[in-house]
Amino acid sequence: MATVISLMFAAVISQNIVLAQYQGICPFLGVSKKMSSAAGMGFAVIFVMAVSSVFTWLVYNLILLPLGIDYLYTMAFILVIASLVQLLEMILKRFSPTLYSALGVYLPLITTNCAILGTANSTVVFNNYPFLQAFAVSVATGVGFLLAICLLAGVRLKTDKADIPQCFKGFPITLVSAAIMAMAFAGFSGILA
Amino acid sequence: MDKRKFKETLLGGLIKNNPTFVLVLGTCPTIAMTTSLFQAFAMGVATTFVLIFSNLFVSLLRGIIPDKVRIPCYIVIISTFVIIVQMVMRRYLPELYTTMQAFIALIVVNCIILARAESFASCNKPLYSMLDGVSMGLGFTCALCLIGIVREFLAGGSFAGFAIPGFPAMQGAGASAFGFITFGCMMALFNFVIQKVNERKARMKAASLPLTAQLEEVK
Repeated sequence: MATVISLMFAAVISQNIVLAQYQGICPFLGVSKKMSSAAGMGFAVIFVMAVSSVFTWLVYNLILLPLGIDYLYTMAFILVIASLVQLLEMILKRFSPTLYSALGVYLPLITTNCAILGTANSTVVFNNYPFLQAFAVSVATGVGFLLAICLLAGVRLKTDKADIPQCFKGFPITLVSAAIMAMAFAGFSGILA
Repeated sequence: MDKRKFKETLLGGLIKNNPTFVLVLGTCPTIAMTTSLFQAFAMGVATTFVLIFSNLFVSLLRGIIPDKVRIPCYIVIISTFVIIVQMVMRRYLPELYTTMQAFIALIVVNCIILARAESFASCNKPLYSMLDGVSMGLGFTCALCLIGIVREFLAGGSFAGFAIPGFPAMQGAGASAFGFITFGCMMALFNFVIQKVNERKARMKAASLPLTAQLEEVK
């Protein structure tokens, strides 16, 4: 239990998926202009990450490993994630229009979010976590993404209005702000021995 | 073959449509795999290989793939070539593979590849699509190598693995934050150079106009 809690803490803060592991930077930069869209993207990522961790774990341990074709995990996982995203979109549209209107726009973008595939790879294949641990770490990773993108959206509200050199406007200043955030997050790594 | 289109396609990815600095696509490997020049170069070459062949096959199959399921089809094509890269690297470059494993697998979701498949290869002939892959891959590799050189120099005081005498390693430059800051500053520098070049071009153009036209413009 203690290891799971420390793994989850690491996934949210000190080993943050965006700021320490450099995954999911495209949506982190692209969808952080407004707080509302940043939050929508963050929740959509948590949702898809949680569901996809369950399915990728099952596919890897019940289909790929017994058949000895585990080298195909990249293809299998991305297909699972892509079809899952499509399925989720249809289910949400049918049963929960309010949730769909909040998350719907972000769902197609999530297929190419490398944080989802990267987390599935690292929890299921590289680290070979047991089922519940993989699920918990995936959810925590999603929470870490939400935290990072919302914080960056807050910073961007200020930097967009600030008087900065022309060549730094847009992405460069956002990257520099992200760097300062990454330093702050790295400071927490001392808590876990 | 149209010579002008050939040249435009081949050179477009280097500066005008540079995938890293202008389109800002595929940022994850740009930051994660640029701690050294060698690693950056390897990542660039692997991505270029996948880009060229996925563009070729998407273009060849562009009349066959139904529009509704095109994204999953593209993903299958792309992941096939990623698996080939993984197998070749594991066999011939096992040490490099273990350090780059996570990001080699993530080439599948590199947005440059899917974006080029969707916006270029799906509506152009196979030859141009391969050329576009070469050009985009070259632009990506160059950008990665530039960032790799800067980061390796700052963090280790070395160039391509060789220590440069007189330049000590900078403390903390290997930290994750430094990747973001170097990328941001390089992008700003790129924007600055482009802006200056454009200003100069505009001035040259204005100066070359006949006097009457210049007077017209002043008015």
